[in-house]
Amino acid sequence: MSGNADIYHEMIVDYSRNPINYGEIENHDVTFHDSNPLCGDSIDIDMKIDDNKVTDIKFHGKGCAICMACSSVLTEITKGKTLDEARAIEKNDVLSELGLEHLQAVRIKCALLSLKVLKSALYTYIGKNLEDAPDADKLKEEAANLY
Amino acid sequence: MQSTESLFENIRKDFPILQRTVRDNKKLVYLDNASTTQKPNQVIDSITDYYQNHNANIHRAVYALAEESTEAYEATRDKIANFINIKNRQEIIFVRGTTEAINLVAYAWGRPHINEDDIIVTTEYEHHSNIVPWQLVTQEKHAKLEYIGMDDNGELILDDLDKYLATGKVKLVTFSLMSNVLGTITNAEKIIEKCKAAGVLTLIDGAQAVPHMKVDIKKLGCDFFAFSGHKMLGPTGIGVLWVRKSVLETMVPFQGGGDMIREVHKYETTWNDLPYKFEAGTPNIADVVGLGSAIDYLTKIGMDNIREHEIELTKYAIEKLSEVKGLHIYGTKDMSKRGGVISFNFADVHPHDVAQIIDEEGIAVRSGHHCAQVLMERLNVAATSRASFYIYNTKEDIDILVNSLKIVAKVFKL
Repeated sequence: MSGNADIYHEMIVDYSRNPINYGEIENHDVTFHDSNPLCGDSIDIDMKIDDNKVTDIKFHGKGCAICMACSSVLTEITKGKTLDEARAIEKNDVLSELGLEHLQAVRIKCALLSLKVLKSALYTYIGKNLEDAPDADKLKEEAANLY
Repeated sequence: MQSTESLFENIRKDFPILQRTVRDNKKLVYLDNASTTQKPNQVIDSITDYYQNHNANIHRAVYALAEESTEAYEATRDKIANFINIKNRQEIIFVRGTTEAINLVAYAWGRPHINEDDIIVTTEYEHHSNIVPWQLVTQEKHAKLEYIGMDDNGELILDDLDKYLATGKVKLVTFSLMSNVLGTITNAEKIIEKCKAAGVLTLIDGAQAVPHMKVDIKKLGCDFFAFSGHKMLGPTGIGVLWVRKSVLETMVPFQGGGDMIREVHKYETTWNDLPYKFEAGTPNIADVVGLGSAIDYLTKIGMDNIREHEIELTKYAIEKLSEVKGLHIYGTKDMSKRGGVISFNFADVHPHDVAQIIDEEGIAVRSGHHCAQVLMERLNVAATSRASFYIYNTKEDIDILVNSLKIVAKVFKL
């Protein structure tokens, strides 16, 4: 095996079998759902936010190993971050964690679906809850332009 | 006469793309034929020849090129008539593909004929192209869209049809002749017989069937029939809609413009004769010519030989795939009821991951929902992997597929 299939290393396979932060948060402060129309992958993210900090985050949904592994890693990165820090998470923060920096274009959507959902969830929360959020729209744009 | 076996052995030479390698110098094993097929030199050359030697707009000018181009375009219409047994060439309309054909029917027949509380019946194993156009028109008209259910064997539950027909509200029953996911061949004769008895029109989506088996429209007795050129060795962007003349005469134009008119005045227009009333604008002439060559090519091999070849391959594939531990094949195993399409899932591995790993071995299979999300819901899966065969596939292709699954098993520790 070589080339593109190299992405299926131990960590990806393990995460896909045993995802981290998988599930729902009953009394979440914000939740968001999105799907990939091309392949039918679908991800929900629930967050608990206290004092502008993501105190809990869980995801659930259906997706391939890449999608599941990236969602796990993303939720791990996000947990405990302030809203500003969470907003600053970039695609390479997730991809590099799993050695997926050179993922082919057709699979990048699988890897970044959860980040898109996270950005959209943050946008929803900020837009709804914070009065002084003039740049909330930027987040929406960011989510839309991820891939 | 050439034996069937050597006939199919020689076929691969006609397809330049099958000579190339992919990824790490691997032989291309193309198993996504339900999506689109590869093109033989005969088809590619006919399109080149058209542009190099005959290109001109059709039906208008009087010069030599225009005459040749019109002749080539219209010759394909006659080839289609012969190929699927249509008596009246005026009933054959060129469209972009099956999707446009069904949208044309939904718009040009559906909008004038569907009223509030009417019912359009489709099936659970339709492609989105035979669901969404009907959602659009039934929502607009406050009519209903109902589904013939599917049993666990991947076959339609025709009792559902009886139930809807008994309401007396059904205007149209629309179904594919072969499922693009399960390969199930629909019992069209039975459905049409029931619909005829109830005075209900029928539409057949023939996109998956026409490339793979002998189709006889006269024998079927449906009212609308649609198929695509690119799934039968032809170019993309060209397809066919056939409509029974008595029905076609009750339809309004789909698009207005050149070629579809008889006389245009400032505030009124009269329509051209059939089928030109439904072919507005300069059509896709070169690809119509290409489709004609594809039909010639298939006719030369013989549709019954093609069906036989695919039954042989499908039987072999099901047998070999069934030996792979953890692999689940969807649909019936009765070869008389299925075409060369095999959808499967491999343990808990997502079809995308299967497809990506075996892509490294040069294998092209489709993974995803195959534009059939209603069926995915019915099967209770997010996606499947799908291998689909055509004339140039061999048992060796299937062996390579089965072997590659061992790599998937190893990576995912199955």
